Amino acid sequence: MGFPHPSHRQETPLLTRHFGEAEARTLDGWKKRGGYQALEKVLAMTPGEIVDIVKESGLRGRGGAGFPTGLKWSFMKPGDGKPHYLCCNADESEPGTFKDREVMRWTPHALVEGCAIAAYAIGAETTYIYIRGEFTEPLLRMERAVREAYDAGILGANAMGTGKRIDIYVHRGAGAYICGEETALMESLEGRRGNPRIKPPFPAVSGVFGQPTTINNVETLAAVPEILMKGAAWYKAMSLSNPKSTGTKLYSVCGNIRRPGTYEVVMGFPFKDFLHDVCGGALDGRKLKAVIPGGASVPIQTMEEAEATLMDYEGFAAQGSMLGSGGVIVIDDAQSMVAVIARLTRFFAHESCGQCTQCREGTAWTTKIVERIRDGHGTMEDLDTLVEIGENMTGTTICVLSDSCAVPVISGITKFRSEFESLIHGKRVHSVLTAVA
Amino acid sequence: MTKPSVGGLESPDLSSHDATAHESAPHVPVFAGAAREELDQLLTRYPTKMAALLPALWIVQRERGWVSEDSMAEVSDLLDLTPAYVKGVVTFYTMYHQHPVGKYFIQVCTTSPCGICGAEEVVKSLLRHTGTGDLGLTSRDGKFTVIEVECLGACGFATPVMINEEFIESVTPEKVPGILEDLA
Repeated sequence: MGFPHPSHRQETPLLTRHFGEAEARTLDGWKKRGGYQALEKVLAMTPGEIVDIVKESGLRGRGGAGFPTGLKWSFMKPGDGKPHYLCCNADESEPGTFKDREVMRWTPHALVEGCAIAAYAIGAETTYIYIRGEFTEPLLRMERAVREAYDAGILGANAMGTGKRIDIYVHRGAGAYICGEETALMESLEGRRGNPRIKPPFPAVSGVFGQPTTINNVETLAAVPEILMKGAAWYKAMSLSNPKSTGTKLYSVCGNIRRPGTYEVVMGFPFKDFLHDVCGGALDGRKLKAVIPGGASVPIQTMEEAEATLMDYEGFAAQGSMLGSGGVIVIDDAQSMVAVIARLTRFFAHESCGQCTQCREGTAWTTKIVERIRDGHGTMEDLDTLVEIGENMTGTTICVLSDSCAVPVISGITKFRSEFESLIHGKRVHSVLTAVA
Repeated sequence: MTKPSVGGLESPDLSSHDATAHESAPHVPVFAGAAREELDQLLTRYPTKMAALLPALWIVQRERGWVSEDSMAEVSDLLDLTPAYVKGVVTFYTMYHQHPVGKYFIQVCTTSPCGICGAEEVVKSLLRHTGTGDLGLTSRDGKFTVIEVECLGACGFATPVMINEEFIESVTPEKVPGILEDLA
């Protein structure tokens, strides 16, 4: 609903429709809004039936990878005698992304209900909601909601009086971007340094504590209750583009835009209308120059590409980028692309866990070179070196943090080469981003 | 803990690598009374003791303001881990203070989305008005420490600032004096 702005007429607010209503945070307020009816309904169904409905709905992971949720759930084998776990990835740390924060701040019970349904569907006795350490308010809201749900008998040994056990615990991270990577999250949850694991084995075989685990993003799980109330066909029908992308998607919009906030539109909505109409377009006297549409890890789009995009998994890919997490970073003509990219690579260098050489060294050297160019000391050879380093950082490491650092550099040099060249040839480019210390 | 040190990009700040981050007085156990009960309760949530490590370290920081070597040793005893293992975990995460910090620990997001909305000016204003002079240093009166932090996940509310556990949205350089006054 464009929070903190009023809902725009072109939005389709489902997950966001109660943002800003303090009452919706409480159990009573949530029940008044239809909360926990879906959980009650599904506890009378078999886990297999629930997985089939979610499969049929076309729901795909909203954390970035877009993996079909129902299919992921079907990899779990309840009744094999092992403990099973559900992890909710609430470690939202991708620069530009803050949608999960709003879901947890305003509708914590939507997430509790989504977790409970998923836990029942995959046969998980225990669910951990892993929230990044800096999210103090979302943490408080989630802890309160979980406690209310226990007190009301919704969770616990006899969930909603059905005799089924559903336990949910909130776990606080301690500051590490990499813990949003699913295997690093599980390492961290076990009390270790957040170093990603080699896959396979995949989490459904050996996840947290070495047991079968499913890990889903906050937005994915929060979308589940309504799908089960209204049915797969209802959800599937929400698609303006192609049948592979269904439902609504949250976008957190930030940077140089008139109305930054969290918006919700149907898959396939035109990105041009979204940026210029729904989000209010450029600030006075400025012009939009570039967009990073899915969090800092996805390729930068030129405005030409952005304005030709239909907002879904396939639509962003067709225009040189990715849907990713839906964290839209808007960059206008007052910014230096080189400075923006330098700050992004510094982020990745800071957040590299250091396990893989290509990432540990590559992110640091990339940052050093891009900052040198930004400061007017670069050479044309540096551009070739950056691309070469970037290629060595792609597809060669345990997780994709390394690739993510190469992405803005390579797409930036390819699409905004003249800005790099101007700095190398000694022309000043105006920038509000310069080193602080 | 002090300046973000990017893998070999800056010369190391030796003060943060001081191996003697011990308490000045003999260590008084953190996990006694209510804190011990809290830890025992936490242990029931996980199949291993190790999994309670991050929550235990949060309790230490809440009670003492930082995580000393002595506290790490205490935690390692309670969870059947070695002190070296605990230190390895503490140093991986950015939010555990390995040295005492100012009464108000101020983190300013300067990652690109906030950077293009003027976060740098907010940092300058905070450094000027707190009198800390530079990032990572604590003011003479022990009240303030200011650091830059990577993405706080509130990019639509540039510039977000965290003061201890409080999250403040949409901070501008002009708002800084008022925010600091409210703390006093």
